[in-house]
Amino acid sequence: MSDAPRHEALIDALGAELTPVRRLLPPWRRALGWLVVVAAVAVLLFFHYGASTMLHRWVAAPDLGWAALGAVVTAVTAALAAFMLAVPGRSPFWMWLPVPSAVLWIGASGLGCLRAHIPGMPVLDLHGANDCLIFIISFSIPLSGLLIWLLRRACPLRPTVTAVMVGLASASASASLLEICHNFDAAATDLMMHALAVAIVVVANVLMGGRLLSRA
Amino acid sequence: MGAAQAGDQRAYARLLKDSVALIRAVARRQGVAVDALDDVVQETLLTVHRVRHTFDPSRSYDAWLAAIAARRAIDVLRGQGRRDRREVHDEHAYEMHADREDASADAERAQQALRLRKAIDTLPPGQREAVEQLGLKERSLAEAAVQTGRNTGALKVNLHRALKSLRDRLNGES
Repeated sequence: MSDAPRHEALIDALGAELTPVRRLLPPWRRALGWLVVVAAVAVLLFFHYGASTMLHRWVAAPDLGWAALGAVVTAVTAALAAFMLAVPGRSPFWMWLPVPSAVLWIGASGLGCLRAHIPGMPVLDLHGANDCLIFIISFSIPLSGLLIWLLRRACPLRPTVTAVMVGLASASASASLLEICHNFDAAATDLMMHALAVAIVVVANVLMGGRLLSRA
Repeated sequence: MGAAQAGDQRAYARLLKDSVALIRAVARRQGVAVDALDDVVQETLLTVHRVRHTFDPSRSYDAWLAAIAARRAIDVLRGQGRRDRREVHDEHAYEMHADREDASADAERAQQALRLRKAIDTLPPGQREAVEQLGLKERSLAEAAVQTGRNTGALKVNLHRALKSLRDRLNGES
């Protein structure tokens, strides 16, 4: 049996306090906003480091180029998926959007272990690889924070999946930025550190971001 | 909903009234028991109000509403699951606890009630209001929110704090 009077009282109360609202921008426009911030950081890094080392690495080892492409596409698709999932009624299948590019990113990075290293380029020791870990995590924190802040204005009904997308987007964006100033050949320790950093960022987002998003 | 987003109160009230049936249908499909359907309706209406800016008029209102209702239905089911694990069922409680129906027990209960009443009166106004609305008058969070003009989150926090200070106070006395 419906408790109609109770609902009517609530509807009247909600109607009485109705104020005009500014409609949320479409998800792709909001994702673009976040990507512009990432692109601005990339421009600053290019300004400082130049593109020659990065291009030299890609020519000498095309798999690194493919991995970088995978990371950039993952950042774009995961950010778009996060903003899509944050709007009620959008298909949950958006969560699969970043998967192909993430497979390319991780797969091509992993292939780097199998080939001979680039002549004349230093291989990172564990200490240097630690710097990569710190770089990815320290760029991911503000990028994740910004995404979560933007997503909280929407209504993420699936906070955990959305948080995975946030983690993936910010970790892949940070890895893409790292590519600009990473003048080393990829070694197994380095790739392990990259994988560890991405895992930390994604898990931290699920643990903390999920909670922050579920209040929305 | 497009009109409601622009501030049209009558369109909004009509839309929400028309939405109740769909919310109930979605909640039933999620497996919510009949006696809890109204809680899902109330929680969904409150969420719709809070996130009405996320609706895009070029897309389906029903799909948007159904997604919110399904989520609130799951929340209600989870809440029930948690309560069921904590609560003792009637039959079990009946077998475990002997009757103590005598005059001294009555008097003691009356005294306890008086002590509780006094303790509630000493609470800060916000907490007292939460206890009265949610505990004594047994109103739902949504109803209490409308009555007091506070949001459900604030009511929950106030109730939680009130129960803690009541517990401390009564345990301290005995």
